[in-house]
Amino acid sequence: MKVLAAMSGGVDSAVAAARAVEAGHEVVGVHLALSRNSGTLRTGSRGCCTIEDSMDAQRAANVLGIPFYVWDFSERFKTDVVDDFIAEYQAGRTPNPCMRCNERIKFAALLEKALALGFDAVCTGHYASLLTDADGNLELHRSDELAKDQSYVLGVLTADQLKHSMFPLGATASKDLIRAEADARGLAVANKPDSYDICFIPEGDTQDWLAEKAGKAEGEIVDRSGAVLGHHEGAHGFTVGQRKGLSIGRPAADGRPRYVLEIRPKTNTVVVGPQAALAINEMVGNKFTWCGVAPSNVDEWMPVHVQVRAHGDAIEAEFRIHESQMQIRVHEPILGVAPGQTAVVYQGTRVLGQTTIDRTVSAIPVDAE
Amino acid sequence: MAVYLDHAATSPIRPEVLSVYLAALQEVGNPSSVHSFGQSARRNLEEARESLAKSLDCHRSEVIFTAGGTESDNSAIIGLYWARNTPDASRRLVVTAGTEHHAVIETVEWLENTQGAEGVFVPVTAEGQLDLSWLRQFVAERHDEIALISLMWANNETGVIFPISDIVALAKPYGIPVHSDAVAAFGQIPISFKDSGLTAMSITGHKIGAPVGVGALIASREAKISPTSHGGAQERGIRSGTLSPALATAFAKAAEVAIAELPIKSGSVAAMRDRLVAGVKQIAPDAVFSRGSQPGLPGTAHFTFPGCSGDSLLFVLDMNDVSVSNGSACRAGVAQASHVLLAMGRSRADASSALRISMNCTTTEADVDAFLAQLPKGYESAKAAGMPSK
Repeated sequence: MKVLAAMSGGVDSAVAAARAVEAGHEVVGVHLALSRNSGTLRTGSRGCCTIEDSMDAQRAANVLGIPFYVWDFSERFKTDVVDDFIAEYQAGRTPNPCMRCNERIKFAALLEKALALGFDAVCTGHYASLLTDADGNLELHRSDELAKDQSYVLGVLTADQLKHSMFPLGATASKDLIRAEADARGLAVANKPDSYDICFIPEGDTQDWLAEKAGKAEGEIVDRSGAVLGHHEGAHGFTVGQRKGLSIGRPAADGRPRYVLEIRPKTNTVVVGPQAALAINEMVGNKFTWCGVAPSNVDEWMPVHVQVRAHGDAIEAEFRIHESQMQIRVHEPILGVAPGQTAVVYQGTRVLGQTTIDRTVSAIPVDAE
Repeated sequence: MAVYLDHAATSPIRPEVLSVYLAALQEVGNPSSVHSFGQSARRNLEEARESLAKSLDCHRSEVIFTAGGTESDNSAIIGLYWARNTPDASRRLVVTAGTEHHAVIETVEWLENTQGAEGVFVPVTAEGQLDLSWLRQFVAERHDEIALISLMWANNETGVIFPISDIVALAKPYGIPVHSDAVAAFGQIPISFKDSGLTAMSITGHKIGAPVGVGALIASREAKISPTSHGGAQERGIRSGTLSPALATAFAKAAEVAIAELPIKSGSVAAMRDRLVAGVKQIAPDAVFSRGSQPGLPGTAHFTFPGCSGDSLLFVLDMNDVSVSNGSACRAGVAQASHVLLAMGRSRADASSALRISMNCTTTEADVDAFLAQLPKGYESAKAAGMPSK
């Protein structure tokens, strides 16, 4: 197969490319330029976006003996990921930009361009496994290395996208083995630190960055009864479940800390309350996708596990499609789930599908506060 | 064997250049040393300087060796600006064009940001030609404020040739120094520094088959250029630093070969270019030949392909063993939207859909055939892949 290896400059994508080469594929390395004004040197824990990262990717491609190119997706990345991220926060939601990047850049814009230019598949360094069922249909599964498993951020992929995807790191027992393999292959990125910060936010300070992009707008901080407890400089600076930085002078009646429960962008209001009030037992999403073949009888409740953040736990739940919406009920209430987050539904290790959460149902009624 | 059609980026070192270069590299001696080794090194250096001066039709004292075109442009523009504003800082305008090389534009912007200069960008036409009447009027009106004019001899992307003698003629009555970046033009078309009347001119070796790392600033004997770096005061005090007789020798030899081959360039190379342009038109009727009917370099063919991203075209051609360029500057491996095309009033989409094919005397008809054979596939796939923005 003709394989395009997306190379960020990190160790995972370098080893993934190496394995694709070893498997006998005709591999070309491509680094995605995602920023118009990329920095010179890598700083902190952000990967992929500096000239140094691009050079690291190129050096890895040189060692593997494969051609290497840099493709410019900065405009698409800005509109589809960065602007979306800001708009979601402004709408009072909590987006996952890595998910958007997979959905709209790596497995959309990049994949489409790759197919048009004669490639059969895009290979990445994600920790996830592609398996084939008895009928030959592709299924996305959790990685064998559960601590690194990235099937969650790939949950947005559809059957068509899976057909043209390759995740050579899926069956790896640990990240240490990947580093050792990189070292053995002579890849200089073997000991490069992991990246986990949002790549387009400098110094990892999301709140400051958002305040700068979205501007300041003073609003009220209220409790669930509507009583005004304080003021803030912009509702977009808050995330559901946030405890610090609320600047409410008076303590709660019970003396316990208060948390952000809800953000109401229309009135620029932040609703706070006790931690217990963060508990939800149901989430609903209007837009959902199936990761591979759609399961049958989806209008009936089906036992599954749900995951609501990249490194979150798999939670026992059941789900169904009801009135064109995905409804997910968790068995035990969970805390801090915000609209905008993605809920990925698993059956065992297999990713069934995902939805972006539009609303949640609180486990505790208001008058119980 | 891959086909190389990117001579405007750098041209392969010629065998006759390599042999004199290797021989010269084996000689020890700093040309500034007094002993016999130094004298021998100095002799080699000065022979190279004389030879290069002959190729350029200038005086030997007018050749200032540098490390390349970018350094020459910086030294000329900053050095002329400073000299023109000493002791009276009254000449703030630096006249140039938006289609200049980054080495010129960025230097002018640096003067603006740090030295109180004001850049004046002469308009260019849709075909990349300078609006000479605009310049004439501007100079007539503001000559007292102009520090210098810097306009390139030929454009490195589109190949368009500017009327240098006309530019010099309209600046001369007012004593305004004129610098020209002749990096793309030197060795491709006849150039006489003496006849041009220029104050200063930048050239580089590697575009004509010398090693990378040597260039020259040609500065007339009357030119007042303040030094931008300081040290042992070599090269008229304008360019301090130990000189390399080997690089100078290689550069001089490459220039000699390039000048001797000028008739081939205006003959068979230009004919190959015309055949290539006609072939492209046949394969991609919507492709636009960037310089239209303007005079241009014999070996350069620059196009935009509507609806095709330049990097897709380049990629498919490269995958099929034909190496061409997008023409524009790269940042971290990404071809930027061409500032030259933008300055010509072309759209951002056009500026991202460019392809430059550049040839030299070592280019063969078979190379052109290979390009034309692979273009349909590249054009088709690039069209399918679309543009980077939605």
